[in-house]
Amino acid sequence: MADLALSSPVVRQSRLLAALQRGGARLWVGAAVVALLVLVAVLAPVLAPHDALEQDLMSAQLPPSWIVGGDHAYLLGTDSLGRCVLSRLIYSARTAVMVALVAATLAALIGVALGLFAGSFGGWVDQAISRLIDVWMAFPPVLLSIVLAAVIGAGLTSVIAAIVVVDWTRFARVVRAETMVQLTRDYAAAARVIGLSRAKLLRLEILPNLVPLLATLLAVEMGIAILVEVILSFVGISVSGDTPTWGSMIAEGRQIVYQAPWIMALPIGCIITSVIGFNLLGDGLRLALDPVQRS
Amino acid sequence: MRWGEIIRRLVLVPPTLFGVAVIVFVLLRVVPGDPIAMMIPPGASEADIARLRALYGLDQPILQQFSTWLGQVASGDFGKSISVHQGVLELLLERLPATIELALLATLIAVVLGVLTALAGILLRGRRAEWAVDGGIGVLLAIPDFLWALILLLVFGVLLPWLPISGRVDPQIDVHLHSNFYLLESLLTGRFAIAFALLHHMILPALALALPFAALVARILKASLTEAEDQDYAQIARARGYSRPDILLHEVLPNALIPTVALGGVQVTLLLGGTVLVERIFSYEGIGNMAIDAVINRDFPLIQGLVLTFAVLFIALNLAIDLIVTVLDPRLRHG
Repeated sequence: MADLALSSPVVRQSRLLAALQRGGARLWVGAAVVALLVLVAVLAPVLAPHDALEQDLMSAQLPPSWIVGGDHAYLLGTDSLGRCVLSRLIYSARTAVMVALVAATLAALIGVALGLFAGSFGGWVDQAISRLIDVWMAFPPVLLSIVLAAVIGAGLTSVIAAIVVVDWTRFARVVRAETMVQLTRDYAAAARVIGLSRAKLLRLEILPNLVPLLATLLAVEMGIAILVEVILSFVGISVSGDTPTWGSMIAEGRQIVYQAPWIMALPIGCIITSVIGFNLLGDGLRLALDPVQRS
Repeated sequence: MRWGEIIRRLVLVPPTLFGVAVIVFVLLRVVPGDPIAMMIPPGASEADIARLRALYGLDQPILQQFSTWLGQVASGDFGKSISVHQGVLELLLERLPATIELALLATLIAVVLGVLTALAGILLRGRRAEWAVDGGIGVLLAIPDFLWALILLLVFGVLLPWLPISGRVDPQIDVHLHSNFYLLESLLTGRFAIAFALLHHMILPALALALPFAALVARILKASLTEAEDQDYAQIARARGYSRPDILLHEVLPNALIPTVALGGVQVTLLLGGTVLVERIFSYEGIGNMAIDAVINRDFPLIQGLVLTFAVLFIALNLAIDLIVTVLDPRLRHG
């Protein structure tokens, strides 16, 4: 009877509601910020008042429109080439969202696969993967991604590849440890007793129990991916020069920071909002999905 | 048992470094960019280019280049930088002290700030103000060091022009010191004017590196203080009439420090990695800033030397933290 009651749609719905409640304000605010970011990225051509590359040297370094000397045509002012700062901010969101989604997902896939292998096979497989992680962790991550991006060459793919190659260890370490813990639990032993193969055990029993952890890690990793892209484009080895990114805007703003501080301040604001959004979403998901808090 | 673990880790250091060396070396050799192409003047003859390649050993097979380089490194010769035309070791020794001083100052600020925040949080335990402390810690943690660097640069360098935003020391100051540890040497020899000028330049980058780390220290320490304060010995001390600040400082803090050093210590490597970008933002002349230039110029020997230096620092720091924890924790000392 209990089983029947649990699978009824009403109970399911109330479970979902309970999960959303547990997630609390963090979940809502985080999800809202992330949704807004994605929306801006998708609708960039509609939202941006100007072409992000259009130069107007006659109106270079205009302050935001509410400050004396500002122009109403350029709400957030212009950069040193007279390009519209607001439009550049909006178009930069495209690169940020793309990198966040693709790089974080790929890093998660590779990390989870290797973590599951290491955690479930043990022995030399675990030794080999753990040593590999050790070597990886001996690199300063920022330097490694800079070297990688420089090696692979400019472009979105190279930025994503650099992030994936550096950050898979975040997932692999956690998944390896958690798989080991889960495998000692009674349910895993029971699943083995009824004759589940290792692959099935991992896929049907272990992996679903890792979902809350993975959702949190993934959200946080998306924030990190955005930051790494900012770092690479700040240093000047990210996507090609004419694609606007928050990092390249900061680098340009740094040159004229005394004359036009807003050019640097505005992308910093966008980055902080996005990263805090992803962190809140991660926190909220952890609270909402944690099986311990569910009971 | 714990000592055995540390010996095991020491044994693993050479293979790890070897792995790092192999990866960097191979990675750099598959680069499409050519370091020679960047240093020749336009119109150089084929023969000149070939001569330059031979000079830096770039015409050899990769395996040959690697074994030559490894042999040289083993004897303390890191080769010559292609872009700066100076010995790599010489450059490292010149720049490393600047980075070490910056990292040390940042760690000092972080520890002081973190411990004070944790103590404030614990004294306010259960009150509304504790929320403010936790919220502050959360914000500090969510924003990484290089963003703090940019924010601090904007606020205290530009909007309120109180502090310089680039370099290690004012160019008009004649430093003339024996070592490259400018700050340490000027403090030890009592040349406080120079020390003050150095600190004036270091405070913003150091603070940027320190803020997220301070938040981390505060969070871990506050959690372990809370746990330690609920233990029987703390309750008994309270019952015997010792004041709360007294118990916190003398009974609870020493016990809470152990997990803080163990967990927080690992993150010192993050702070060190953060110097790369923070130095860049403040045009501070350390190895991090040099590393970015080296990558942009495809200066193979310099990149190899720098990455190995960072790897050695990372591994040494991790080992040092483990040793400190072993010494601090009586349970491990006699284990």
